Amino acid sequence: MDALASLLDGFGTALTPVNILWAAVGVLLGTAIGVLPGIGPAMAVALLLPVTYGLDPIGAFIMFAGIYYGAMFGGSTTSILLNTPGESAAVVAAMEGNPMARSGRGAQALAAAAIGHFAGGMVGTVLLVALAPTVAELAVDIGAPDYFAIMVLAFIAVTSVLGSSRLRGLASLLIGLTIGLVGLDQMTGQQRLTFGSLQLADGVDVVIVAVGLFAIGEALWVAAHLRRRPGEPIPVGRPWLGRPDLRRTWKSWLRGPFIGFPFGAIPAGGAEIPTFLSYVTEKRLSKHQDEWGKGAIEGVAGPESAASASAAGTLVSMLTLGLPTTAVAAVMLAAFQQYGIQPGPLLFEREPDLVWGLIASLFVGMVLLLALNLPLAPLWAKLLRIPRPYLYAGIMFFAAVGAYAVGGEVIDLVILLVIGLIGFGMRRYGLPVLPAVIGVILGPGAEQQLRRALQISDGSVTGLVNTPFAVTVYAVIVLLLAWPLLKRLVARTRPAHGARSA
Amino acid sequence: MTTPPADPPHSPDTPHPTDAPPAPAADRGSWLRNHSELGVCVLLLALGVLVLTDALTMDVDIAQRGPVGPRTVPVVVGAGLLLIAALLAVDVLRGGRGQAETGEDVDLSEPADWRTVLLLTGVFLGSAVLIEPLGFPAAGALLFWGAAFALGSRRHDRDPLVAAVLSLVTYAVFNNLLGVPLPGGPLMGAL
Repeated sequence: MDALASLLDGFGTALTPVNILWAAVGVLLGTAIGVLPGIGPAMAVALLLPVTYGLDPIGAFIMFAGIYYGAMFGGSTTSILLNTPGESAAVVAAMEGNPMARSGRGAQALAAAAIGHFAGGMVGTVLLVALAPTVAELAVDIGAPDYFAIMVLAFIAVTSVLGSSRLRGLASLLIGLTIGLVGLDQMTGQQRLTFGSLQLADGVDVVIVAVGLFAIGEALWVAAHLRRRPGEPIPVGRPWLGRPDLRRTWKSWLRGPFIGFPFGAIPAGGAEIPTFLSYVTEKRLSKHQDEWGKGAIEGVAGPESAASASAAGTLVSMLTLGLPTTAVAAVMLAAFQQYGIQPGPLLFEREPDLVWGLIASLFVGMVLLLALNLPLAPLWAKLLRIPRPYLYAGIMFFAAVGAYAVGGEVIDLVILLVIGLIGFGMRRYGLPVLPAVIGVILGPGAEQQLRRALQISDGSVTGLVNTPFAVTVYAVIVLLLAWPLLKRLVARTRPAHGARSA
Repeated sequence: MTTPPADPPHSPDTPHPTDAPPAPAADRGSWLRNHSELGVCVLLLALGVLVLTDALTMDVDIAQRGPVGPRTVPVVVGAGLLLIAALLAVDVLRGGRGQAETGEDVDLSEPADWRTVLLLTGVFLGSAVLIEPLGFPAAGALLFWGAAFALGSRRHDRDPLVAAVLSLVTYAVFNNLLGVPLPGGPLMGAL
């Protein structure tokens, strides 16, 4: 019941007029940005990081959470109406949603997605309220070796679960760790990779890295391959659902969160896997097998609900352990660092106003999202017609604003461009961007925890594995690393069986 | 659907049929183009050497506190970079290819448009240099207009207007609403 009391306090924070305003701004901005082709939630939050210089933390995080949810919903609108999903999480929405839109049921597809997001977000946030304090309490007395283990888990997870090539993931992670090394060593003040430059002694600001890799890198990459004729969005009216559709979808909305939430909480690539799993589940359970592939509404409702709930799951591990499981969480972690706040088990004790205000604002944001998006959907669809030169010029413009606002230094803009070019090269050669960002954000902290742990154990490596928590985390890491090997073994024995039976 | 999607995700690394080399000299050129990913290995290698040199030339005797000094992690990272560079080179030579990223507005079926990328880079650098003498509103507007121009927008009546409004509004929001100071420059001084 403790959590409930805190949650009520949180509503006290979230329901002040100013914070409702920030939630509304976040939801609207997030949806608009999510609808815009080429901008995903991670880039949206990265581009808005500079507002952290002028806003109090509670308002900023309420807005960021709104952007996160709004951008996910906006992304699925784009997939349904345009059939060229940009974000991996929205791929599934296009599979049934686009055929629906083409056969004149776009309004129903959008309604199923919007209500799915609402249901998934609500169930997910309830699970967050129920679970997060418990996880934080379990983890409250974890020490340096445990933190180090969690960070190693984050490194391994982003490199081996995401993307198609582990090697390229690792290369990206190492690039990020290298950028994180630049500056004064936090424990001794030793200069590293500064080449005598005063500007580099402060290190490269995380905002510049995130904006450079996500925004400038993406804008340059799209510029090099800009589609000559952008796809034509399908016009759509106000979303609504009839009774037969409601009867078909309500179970899908409720099933989705239980697939999405756990996958969001573990470092398994965010919404990509759960949306797909939900799609497969709904397809198997559906009574309308003949409609699949031609626009089955369950195939929109379930996955969208799962995607939204996975965002809530992501917040559990980010708030309680400081473990970012998606790109958005990584950028939000960077925002926490801007405020000098360390997410982790102690966050619930030290910043109860912030945490519970944020969680309560998720409920507020979800209601706003549903209330605004149903009537505004035709307007959002118009955003898809924005001239592409303006869109990508705007991204470059806001990226420059963000980097310049960090410290008012022109050199930051040059560093931003260099990192943007690195991001361009990474996109060209299939190096995933997320490991690099995680490396920059968590690298310095991981080094500090490692050195602290070894200081306590007087240099003995056993100091890294002397707690049950750390041992558990390392066991998970070993499992993650061994997974492809195990899969290959299974795959090797299977054809052998087939050959024998043939 | 009016525009059929015509972009198989693997296309960027497969050579264009028109590039088919008739002479051995061109043969080497296409080999290099096919294996351009080796450039990534070279860059990783160079980065690794840089990190290692920096770490090993560090003067740590006075600064060392605890068993792990400021040198250890850079050494590990540098060594890791060298190792990954080597492994990636092996992978590329054996035919492994990184998959170029796809997206809503990305059309990988055509070769990269380097002119646009160079123009954008130039516009960005130019605006960065101009931001202090001209102030943010003017430099920002130039950045947006220049970038839109580089990306193919030729509406000479609308483009500068959009750029000016966007830049001024952003300046006002950051400078006056959010309290993030941006240089106004002579233009704002005159107003």
